[in-house]
Amino acid sequence: MTTHRQPRLAARREALYAWAFVAPSLIGFLVFFAVPSVRGLLMSFTNWDLLRPAKFVGLANYVRLFSDADFLHALKVTAYYVLMNIPIQTTLALGIAVMMDKFSKSTIIRGILVLPWLLPNIVVALIWLWLLDPTMGFLNQIIMALGFQRQPFLGSTDQAMPTIAAINIWRHAGYTAILLYAGLQTIPKEIYEAASIDGANERQMFFGITIPLLRPVLVFVLVTTIIGSFQIFDTIAITTKGGPVDATRVVYWYIYEYAFVRFKMGYATTISVALFVILITITFIQMRYFNANSSDLD
Amino acid sequence: MSRAHTRTAPTIQLATILAWIAFALVMLVTLFPVYWVLRTALSDYKEIYVQTFVLWPVGFTLDNFKRVLGMFSAEQSVAMGGTATGINFWLYLRNSIIVSTFLVAGQTFFSAMSAYAFARLRFPGRDQLFFLYLTAMMIPGVVTLIPNFILIRDLKWLDTFQGIMAPGFLMTPFTVFFLRQFFLGINHELEEAATLDGASIPMIFWRVALPLSIPALSTLAILQFIATWNDYLWPFLVGKNEAVRVLTVALAIFQSQTPQGAPDWGGLMAGTALSLVPTLVIFLVFGRRAVNAIQFTGFR
Repeated sequence: MTTHRQPRLAARREALYAWAFVAPSLIGFLVFFAVPSVRGLLMSFTNWDLLRPAKFVGLANYVRLFSDADFLHALKVTAYYVLMNIPIQTTLALGIAVMMDKFSKSTIIRGILVLPWLLPNIVVALIWLWLLDPTMGFLNQIIMALGFQRQPFLGSTDQAMPTIAAINIWRHAGYTAILLYAGLQTIPKEIYEAASIDGANERQMFFGITIPLLRPVLVFVLVTTIIGSFQIFDTIAITTKGGPVDATRVVYWYIYEYAFVRFKMGYATTISVALFVILITITFIQMRYFNANSSDLD
Repeated sequence: MSRAHTRTAPTIQLATILAWIAFALVMLVTLFPVYWVLRTALSDYKEIYVQTFVLWPVGFTLDNFKRVLGMFSAEQSVAMGGTATGINFWLYLRNSIIVSTFLVAGQTFFSAMSAYAFARLRFPGRDQLFFLYLTAMMIPGVVTLIPNFILIRDLKWLDTFQGIMAPGFLMTPFTVFFLRQFFLGINHELEEAATLDGASIPMIFWRVALPLSIPALSTLAILQFIATWNDYLWPFLVGKNEAVRVLTVALAIFQSQTPQGAPDWGGLMAGTALSLVPTLVIFLVFGRRAVNAIQFTGFR
């Protein structure tokens, strides 16, 4: 940005260079993001098994979606997962973030907390599959040593989904705490000092100052973790594969089955468009409801 | 770390002790599963199933690691509770390194080029195009997954490295966004001085802007390297073949082949431990920078 007036030629040359600089990323964007998004939408109006040419079926897939009991079940299971995962994870992360803020700003502690998030989902799933093994798993040894009954965990229809939620809370709580901790650092310390002089106790300060001022960060974290949570897949691919029966057959797994096991690409994309619409709606409601863009500091 | 509002009254003291205990518990729960991987991997394969409640390795041995690294024959391997096929660890490690390194190098460089243009150069349509990139950040992977799979298949790129790397090689909306923010934040003066000296735009980008952004570029590269290293579904869909199979896919396939009744936990945990080495090394070397960078990843 030069301050002196630029001749026309220079401006044109700048624009030419700019387009040359943007060109590789633009190709990547068009080929692997923009066009596939549109193509996915178009595919949802067809039936296509990859062998014969795609057949246009209009809204048939969408009509079918609303009466598809398995899809509704997958939605229910996914919502159940998100409702277990997000509140516990966020509360825990908030607690950890506040404790970090009070006790230790050490990089080592933050490093330890973020470690589970650095591990691949596949590895996390394998580790817990072993720890939760019904007969030899370490957790069951503790449970029995405490005098309780052996638990089936991933092997039972009732416990499988809560167990997967717990595994992912383990992976994400520390990471979420780091994000919230960064938010806590932006709250001016003077506000706490003033409140303290006015006689506010820790609890009053937490609910009266910390939570309201952390709101933009909190909403941002909620939006991203909820979107991530709705797309739970890897953990299920390793541990339960949608089972036992269909207890953990979440939407993403359902899409995977239709696309890559049954090769019904049309209906699979219909479900993914539906998931996209759900995610956008939730995001929009959250931003609206929590007034995410303004902090009470303003 | 005493704050103005931290009181020293006895009730607060008790609360502080409880909070410390809770904090220590969080650390323990975070670290224990990772320790258990090592404990299992270093234990004798028979003892694993008998001594299930011992905290340290039972019958300490490196056999599980040696087996995973292919230092035993197939017969020996089966005799030790493993599978005959085993896990071709070195090959999968090589594949993971190839995919993560080339993908991240391309992604970082091309993203930096366009981010520089978005941050510094004036051209018609700039803001509209950047807005489109931002919109793409909101589109979840599930929408593009199937069409991208079909594209790679139509290109006959299934089971090739370029097939695994293609979607992220030229950009991701997140990397462009991250680097644009960075370029907006650095001082213009050096670039302006270079302009007055008659340097061309590519020259300024290459000689001035890029060297100034090495911290940001390496931070981003670390994050994207780890993310690529950990990715599972995409490389599983397009790269199942041994020749291009990456570690995450290999571990998942290894697990699915291990006998249902008596899974080969010793071998699985040794493979798991080995697959974590590169991530941990990067993390230890770049420690502080990596931890601080993680705060930005929420945008991804």
